[in-house]
This record gives sequence, C-alpha cells and structure tokens, in this order.
Amino acid sequence: MEQHIQNLYEVLSQVEGFVYPNEIELNWSILIVLYPFITGLVAGAFILASLERIFKVRILKPTYGIALLTALSFMLVATMPLISHLGKPFRAYEIMITPHLSSAMAIFGFVYLWYLMVVLLLEIWFDYRRDMILWANESKGVKRFLYRALSLWTTDISPKAIALDNKIGYIVTVIGVPSAFLLHGYVGFIFGSIKANPWWSTVLMPIIFLFSAIVSGIALVMLIYIIVSKVRKVKLNMACLDMIAMYLFYILLIDFVLEGLDQIHRIYEAEESFEVLHKLVFGKLFFTLFIMQGLLGTIVPLITLGIFQFYKPKENIRKVIYLIVPVLILIGVFFMRWNVVIGGQLFSKSFYGYTSFKIGLIGPEGYLMAAFWLIVPLLILAFLLWLLPPWKKKDEQSEIQSA
Amino acid sequence: MKIDKTKLSRRDFFKAGTIIVGGIAVSSTFIPFDGLLFAIERPKGKGKWYGIGIDINKCIGCGKCAKACKIENNVLDEPFYFRSWVEQYTIKMDGSILVESPNGGIDGFKQSVPDEEIFKSFFVPKMCNHCAKSPCVQVCPVGATFETPEGIVLVDETYCIGCRYCVQACPYGCRYIDPGKGTVDKCTLCIHRLDKGMQPACFEICPTEARIFGDLNDPKSKVNEFLKNHTCMVIKPHLNTDSKLFYNALSSEVR
Repeated sequence: MEQHIQNLYEVLSQVEGFVYPNEIELNWSILIVLYPFITGLVAGAFILASLERIFKVRILKPTYGIALLTALSFMLVATMPLISHLGKPFRAYEIMITPHLSSAMAIFGFVYLWYLMVVLLLEIWFDYRRDMILWANESKGVKRFLYRALSLWTTDISPKAIALDNKIGYIVTVIGVPSAFLLHGYVGFIFGSIKANPWWSTVLMPIIFLFSAIVSGIALVMLIYIIVSKVRKVKLNMACLDMIAMYLFYILLIDFVLEGLDQIHRIYEAEESFEVLHKLVFGKLFFTLFIMQGLLGTIVPLITLGIFQFYKPKENIRKVIYLIVPVLILIGVFFMRWNVVIGGQLFSKSFYGYTSFKIGLIGPEGYLMAAFWLIVPLLILAFLLWLLPPWKKKDEQSEIQSA
Repeated sequence: MKIDKTKLSRRDFFKAGTIIVGGIAVSSTFIPFDGLLFAIERPKGKGKWYGIGIDINKCIGCGKCAKACKIENNVLDEPFYFRSWVEQYTIKMDGSILVESPNGGIDGFKQSVPDEEIFKSFFVPKMCNHCAKSPCVQVCPVGATFETPEGIVLVDETYCIGCRYCVQACPYGCRYIDPGKGTVDKCTLCIHRLDKGMQPACFEICPTEARIFGDLNDPKSKVNEFLKNHTCMVIKPHLNTDSKLFYNALSSEVR
C-alpha cells in the first residue's frame, strides 16, 4: 500500500491542468486492456472457424481446428486478468450468484459461460469425439485414459453416430456465430454505455469492438497457422493464407471505416468534451493512437493486403508478409484497446486537465503480469495442439462430405 | 366438461409439459432486460427523500467541510482521497479558466492570478450528488452500491468486489478505492449522524451556512425553501442522473 500511495504522489506531481482529486489514480490498468484484447481474440478466432463450417469456405479447412483450439485457449484465460484486477478477487463469484441486472458487467459471467460451455466446448467436443475414441485405441497409459475421459467414455463411432456429431456440431456453430458477436459486442457495451465518459460513450463502441475483435482473432490464427506449419515442417497452404488475407483486408477495412466514422462524428459535433479529447489525442495518446494503432496496426496492413487483392507477388514474398502483417494487426488492436481503456481515464471528467499513467514492471498490475496472462493461453494452446492435433484427424474428406 | 384421462397419452403429457416449462424458460430470459430500464424511471421516495443545496455565493473557501469530512469519516489523509472537497474557479479576463483544489481545499486557497487579470472567481464545494438515477448504482455488477429509501447512495463494503466500474461511471469524481480495504468508498451523507438526528459533518461545520440539506418531500423543509428562493442548477444536467445536489449561482464553467 505504501508503494501505491507513493506512486500516486508521483502521479499527482505530473497532473496537467485540473482533475477531480479522486481522479489522480487510473482505476483500470493494463489488465483491463488485456481483457477486451483476449476476448476479442476468442471471438475473432471462432468466427474464422465458422467461416469454414457454416459458410463452407472449404479452402480455410487447414485453419479450422487451430482456430477453435486458439479460441478455447484464450477463452479459458479471458477472465483471469479481470479477476486478478479486483480489489476483492475472492468475492468474484458474487457476480454470478447475485448479479445486479442493470449492470452491463453483471451479465459478463453468463455471456462468458454460455460461450465457453455451450458453444466452444460443445463444438470442439462433437468435432473431436470420433478422433478421441480412435486415438484412445491407439494410445497407451495416461494418454489413453485422457482421451477416454475427454470423450466421456463414449465408444460409438458408427456412421450414424458420426453424422449426428456433425449435425449437432453444425447447429452449435450456427448458434455460436451470434454468440461470438454477442460476446464481444457486449464487451464494447461495457465501455460504450458509460455516459460519464465521452471518450467511451458512443453507440458505435460495441460494433467497433466487434470488428476489431474479428480482425485480431483472424490475424492471430493466421500467425499461429504459419508458426505451427513451420514447427511441423509442412508446406504452407498458400491458397488458404490468401483467402484469410482477403477476409482480413475487408474486415480491417470495415473496422477502419467504423472507427473513422466515430472520430468524424466526434469532430463534426464537437461537443463540450471536444477540446479535452483533442488535446488528449494529439498529446498523451499520439504515439499509441496515430503511430501504433493507426499507422502500424491499420494503414500499413490495409495497404499491403489491399495491394494483394490486385497483384500477388511471389510466394516467398507473400509468406514473409503474411508473417509480418498479422503481428502488426495484433499490435494495432492491442493499442486500440489501450487507447480506449487507458485513454478514457487520462483526462478529467471535469474536462479541465489530465492525469498520467504509471505502470511498473513487476507487481499485480505490472507489465510482467500482463505478459504472463498473454503467455499462459499460448501454453494452453501448445498443450491442446499436442493433445488434439487437428492435422491428425482422420478421414477428413468423409467428414467434409457429411457436414 | 369432463376430461377423458384415458386419452391423455404420455406424448401429450410431455408436449404440454414442454410447452409450459419452455414457455416459462423463454419468458424468463426477458427478465434481465428489465435492467435496461434503470435510467428511464424516475424514482422518488415516499417518506423522507434527502436533497442538498449549496449556495456558491456564500462559500468562502475555508475548506472546513473537506477537513471535517476526513476527520468524521476516517477518510485517508492523502491528497487524492476525498468524499468532500472544494474547488476554486478563476475566470480570467482573457476568458481562460483556472480550476484549483490543492489538497481538496483543506489547507485553504491562495489566489495565484493577479487581481487585475481576474474576471471573476468563486468556490464550488463538491460532494456526492446522491443522484436518484445514479450511474454508479446502475453499473455495480453485484448491487453492493445501492440507494436507501431516503435517497442516499451507499456502499456495502462487505459486498463490494472492488471492480471499480462505479468509479468509472460517476460523472462527478466522487468515488475512490480505499487502498487498504480494496473496496470503493464515498460520501454517506454521514448517515450515522443523520440516524442520531444530527447534521452531516460538512453541513454542521460550514461557518457561512452555505450548505443546506433536508427532505425534498416536505414542502416546508429548508432545502425546499432554498430551492424556492434561489435559481438553482445541478452539475452536468445533460447526463440526466437526477442529481439531488442543487447549487445556487452555479456558473456555466463549473463541471
């Protein structure tokens, strides 16, 4: 606590203009930046998987399994930054037991559980049930037991049962797409519904969050697909990557237009808060908004992927660019969350001044903690890819035909 | 009419059962949407309904209210935790606005602008507005922040999870997280004193009686008299929080 107070004294000395005395401290720090970032990755990865499944974009097949497992890995961790940020983390369950229904945040637990339990787990289970049974027969010891347990000791792999699996899996995916939209649009609503904060309070916020989520999830799966293929030493499916890049381009374009529209609207209306936000954007947020989110995360990928829609350079060049572009997009979306969450707290609600943001390397809200919550889902993903390798699924052709 | 029980098949039973149970299940999904209507309804207590009046013309910026609040409520001594504080507004001749509140005004104020550059200057005491449609109450995910039947916004610190959503939602900067407790803290209108028939600390200490509080439902109360005799305004009326803190002589610069 002493350290915390000391930090606040330091921040107090850096206040510009006037802020309400209680506004010195930034209430939501890097962990709350991570929360929409991670849930966004989940929603985006799932939507990429559904493109293959529902919209029958067969060319995306190599990424289907990876996308689902990526969504699950990040979903399992999504609540952790939130819970570890609470002042009373052991009371977190109260949100589920006694939700206050007028609060946007209260619904999170239910949306989360719905998405995790009903959509993701069910879809993955029905997708892998047959394979888990087959793998159990081939494995020995603990791994055999693990597959048996994961398949809930079911054994029926008759064509009829598999057809049913596929049917249910399809229905779950159909339910899953609006659910993914709900999950992330809802996260945007948490911010967009705060009328006290003009930087957050925009009706476009859920839609902007949703599209940036789809962009980030697709970029992540693209990146993971490339890395996994390198590790497995298999040839990249360039047709698949080209297709992902095309989706990435169009959705990023929509995202860019929406965010641009939001800013144009803000500038044209120039409400009471305009001056303070204008100075914020060109001051404390300049680097993260214009350089990281705007230039690196949006403009460069848009131009690169845009050119690819008309002219495709050689495969080797495309391979390198398909590795760089998703990284840039992920950085851009991360800073988009940063600009919303941190940016929304840097100015005073009196509109007369700014506080500053101080973050340490260690501590419960430090950079290391944030890095930890980004690395954990990758470790989970590595484990899941080892346990449930999508590329070892058998007889994919028959599955495709029956779906 | 007689029901022929023999014709009721198991299938019929399940059909009817499914319709009834399903109907209840489906209709119950609409219940959460009731929460959407929070800021639409205008609640008003039937018994006492407390409101506050502050006369900016009378405030001399002594900061005693801020200090009394800290002492009475054991508010942390640091200069960034306040349930009650005073701001000094100085409008300069060139139209620029300077707002200051060093240590919440507890140590008094010094005018940093030379007299000849000042167009006008005044003090604005700030505290929780005890809004009737409080954004903080609206967003609390567990209902730890609530409004009493008398219209006082309180926090149950044994229930608060410390998510800080209410701090974000308060347009007036009246909430903070107590770093020792990990839960949110705010003005209680000194409800522990009200219960004993006393005034809140900041009201009692005010040497110029710039602060008035009372029952808005009682036409003869002090606060209603104040509202009748002065042209009063709330801060940020466009947010429609139904603030119950009314200022006399509130300048348009105040936010």
